[in-house]
Amino acid sequence: MTQRVANRHAFSVNGGAVRWLTPRRAMTLGLIALTLVLGKYGGDLAKALDMRWLVKFPSAWTVPFKSQITVAMKWLVEDAHVGPLAFTDLTRAIAWLIEQPYQFMVSFLAKGFWAGQGAAATEILPAASWIAVIVAVIALGHYCRDWGLATLAGGCFLYLAAFGQWDSAMVTLASVAIAVPIGAGGGLLVGIWAYRHPVGERILSPMLDLMQTVPVFAYLVPILFMFGFGPVSALIATIIYATPPMIRVTTLALKGVDPEIVDFGRMAGTTPRQLIWRVLVPSAAKSIMIGVNQVIMLTLNMVIIASMIGAGGLGFDVLAALRRLDIGAGFEAGLAIVVLAIAVDRISQAFAQQAGQAPTVPAGQGWIRRHRRMVLVLVVLVVAWLLGRLVPALKDYPEAQTLTTGAFWSEVVRYLNINYFDSFEAIKVAFLTWFMLPVKQMALGIPWPWAIAMLVLLGWRAGGARLAVLCGTLSGLILLAGLWPKAMITVYLCGASVILATVIGVPLGVVAALSRRGGQVIGVVIDTLQTLPSFVYLIPVVMLFRVGDFTAMVAIVLYALAPAVRYAAHGVRNVSQDLIEAGTVSGCSKWQLLRLIRLPMALPEILLGINQTIMLALSMLVITALVGTRDLGQEVYIALTKADTGRGLVAGLAIAFIAIIADRLVSAAARGARIRFGLESPS
Amino acid sequence: MTRPIKLSCRNVWKLYGANADQLLHKSPSPTDAEIRAAGVIGAVRDASIDIADGEIFVIMGLSGSGKSTLVRCLARLIESSRGQVLFEGSDLLQASDREMIEIRRHKMGMVFQHFALLPHLTVLQNIIFPLTVQGVGAQETNTRGREVLELVGLTGREDYYPRELSGGQQQRVGIARSLVTEPDLWFLDEPFSALDPLIRREMQDEFLRLQARLHKTIVFITHDFDEAVRLADRIAVMKDGEIIQVATPQELLLRPATDYVAEFTRHIPRDKVLTVGALVDANLTGSGAAIMADARVADVAERIIAADTAVPVADVDGRIVGAVDRVAVARVLFGTGSAT
Repeated sequence: MTQRVANRHAFSVNGGAVRWLTPRRAMTLGLIALTLVLGKYGGDLAKALDMRWLVKFPSAWTVPFKSQITVAMKWLVEDAHVGPLAFTDLTRAIAWLIEQPYQFMVSFLAKGFWAGQGAAATEILPAASWIAVIVAVIALGHYCRDWGLATLAGGCFLYLAAFGQWDSAMVTLASVAIAVPIGAGGGLLVGIWAYRHPVGERILSPMLDLMQTVPVFAYLVPILFMFGFGPVSALIATIIYATPPMIRVTTLALKGVDPEIVDFGRMAGTTPRQLIWRVLVPSAAKSIMIGVNQVIMLTLNMVIIASMIGAGGLGFDVLAALRRLDIGAGFEAGLAIVVLAIAVDRISQAFAQQAGQAPTVPAGQGWIRRHRRMVLVLVVLVVAWLLGRLVPALKDYPEAQTLTTGAFWSEVVRYLNINYFDSFEAIKVAFLTWFMLPVKQMALGIPWPWAIAMLVLLGWRAGGARLAVLCGTLSGLILLAGLWPKAMITVYLCGASVILATVIGVPLGVVAALSRRGGQVIGVVIDTLQTLPSFVYLIPVVMLFRVGDFTAMVAIVLYALAPAVRYAAHGVRNVSQDLIEAGTVSGCSKWQLLRLIRLPMALPEILLGINQTIMLALSMLVITALVGTRDLGQEVYIALTKADTGRGLVAGLAIAFIAIIADRLVSAAARGARIRFGLESPS
Repeated sequence: MTRPIKLSCRNVWKLYGANADQLLHKSPSPTDAEIRAAGVIGAVRDASIDIADGEIFVIMGLSGSGKSTLVRCLARLIESSRGQVLFEGSDLLQASDREMIEIRRHKMGMVFQHFALLPHLTVLQNIIFPLTVQGVGAQETNTRGREVLELVGLTGREDYYPRELSGGQQQRVGIARSLVTEPDLWFLDEPFSALDPLIRREMQDEFLRLQARLHKTIVFITHDFDEAVRLADRIAVMKDGEIIQVATPQELLLRPATDYVAEFTRHIPRDKVLTVGALVDANLTGSGAAIMADARVADVAERIIAADTAVPVADVDGRIVGAVDRVAVARVLFGTGSAT
């Protein structure tokens, strides 16, 4: 580092002016150019040299990870036991524990309580009336913030009823109501454990990395093996998917508690347990609630995927509609998920904000006065139950009154396709020929030894020896598993999407930061985009562009755009005011201010945003397998349909490895930039 | 000091860094050079102090001098790398976790720079928190809570939340909370540093008033030399982890151990620190009513200057030990030359 600074200094003295093309830059550019050339002509070169193995990794050299994992899985499910206790007993016990509350919740919200079996069953108590549920939601909204939130939440639920999505929505809500407490509670406990035992955190951290980067599809298969097809498997998959951020947030939040508060707790003579539950957790409540909100959003995000292994509800409706290409129905059910997600998200966010504040209830009054809302909800619930026997409309939303827009959407799509087919096609073809195909050929053409060497070099430059080793090992494992070509298609699809998302997102973020009105509009759009479950993006895109790589890319860009915009806006907004003033005083024009001060200073933040974009793109990739891509995501998806544990897990891990490599490289680059700008100390 | 020793520490070291333990193992009291060579940071170096029962002992130092680390070693919030901390004669560092909890519950209280109030509890709930964790009954905690609340003048604010109070009021809550268990040993870690100057002064007066009533043994941390001089019975001045002088404020002024200490004392109004005893000339005989040797110069300066002759000075037992004239007082007031 000092050597480099000295070098640069020497140049400016000897050459009279700072030379743009330092040897270091020249080498970087040279390597990039060489990589591009190799990408284009690598295949031909290998053929000419008669060394095909340079581009095509010989299958004889691969290691059969897949079949090994499959065999191990089979042993686990069929033969593994400790004494008389078989592994399957354990899984059954877990399943039973989760099933009980879930059944209760589903009965309460959607199906009613029944006695007896099959046709002889009689209903003891019907499900909660739709009116009672809506009243409860409104009361909750009012409790958490104000009438505005109450109206929004009530409106959302009324929408579900009016558009005939009620029953499915309630099944989905029931699974959310079970998955969220388990995920949030479990995450909290694990997070606390990691906080108390630094060793635990060191073990946990790489596990969480994997859990957050392995696509869900990959672990659906083992879960299917262990727990069978059905809502419980779906709940378990959801919980595994939704818990990691809660663990991270908890540990971070506890670490963020003012050290004085910790000292105080100890000086007050608290036992370790009292210190955690009476001092630390309440002090960190506000941050911890952010984690709970994340769990909720991830749970909703899983709704459609979970329906692949047996969850009913809205997710199943979407999936079924997608499978029979019923665009209208799929769109309606998808929209219902969005509406549900918005309601739940806004309420939980308001609740999180309120958590750190004083309860507004004046003490000392009667229980009923202090719990007016709860009493009201209970009264409505009971009354609706009683009157429901006489007036069916109180029990279930009258079917005759339901609206449907399914036909309308199908019609819109048909109209667009008839009248604008050529334009859509032209856009698609243009993108494919001029952007996507060249990138794809490049990615596939680069000889694997060169690609790995470049990754190691990048890792070394960005983060030193450890990162270099990590990059080399992970990419080497992908190669050994025989997944290199599929991995490169993944990199191409993800890379193309991230480039596009960055090109669109960063300028949007800059606009959002610099113009107040623009910022508001963009903020609303981005908020909405982030609330949507990933699957929903597919529906309109498939309608317009049908299946294929382009469709996949558009869906990925839409899904992964938000962080690029957010971080760029945040970075540009947070450039120190002193620097801006210094620039203005030096006579910078507005454009120069942006180019010379705001953008460079925001670079670390922008890089972090791109990092998030890459992560989201990779997670979306698997879902786009549904529209016929040929990458690792497809491999995972095929494994799911064939119930091939090993294949799914290996491909899933490969995606995770790509994600981890990208994450570490970009984070290291961002850190480097922060250090260069003096925003972070190097040690 | 005839009063018994309440708390003392012997050769306490706190080193930070990967090689800290190794270094102390090799040489029990490493030199500056050794510490630097090992790449560790000496936060507290060879600290030994004795604090008497009922004394206000101030540890003064600039930021990074190790004063906060030292007080945390004394309270065993931080484990010392080496050394002994004797509290009421027994070694605190040998106490088990369980014993430590008991000691903190009944014998120690601490006030923090940024108040460290729990945001989710009301003023009263914050104050009684130390009792609640002990499992004391609701009736008793409430009575005790209201007593200390009255002591710090916050009656009527029971149900407020910390964020609804001003900084000074929040620190009153912090003080009340630290007193609710009636501790013998009271740690105050820069309690007034986060407050505005006017409030700070008011709180210092309040603190002296409280101590006049309660007679706690106090370890008071500050970076403000004025505050130290104003409050302390004795002051320990710290620099780079070392205690460079322990003395009464007057001794610090009269006989600073190093230039560093002298630099601090330079801008202190000497008449407010020095007592008449320090100016007495035993060869002089005065006339008129005697003044007490432990009176602050500032309080009697006017009288001495107004008198035509020197004024006699009496010690605690009423014996005349000499007299003081207006020249000596003028020297102190106008700061020409040394006071003696």
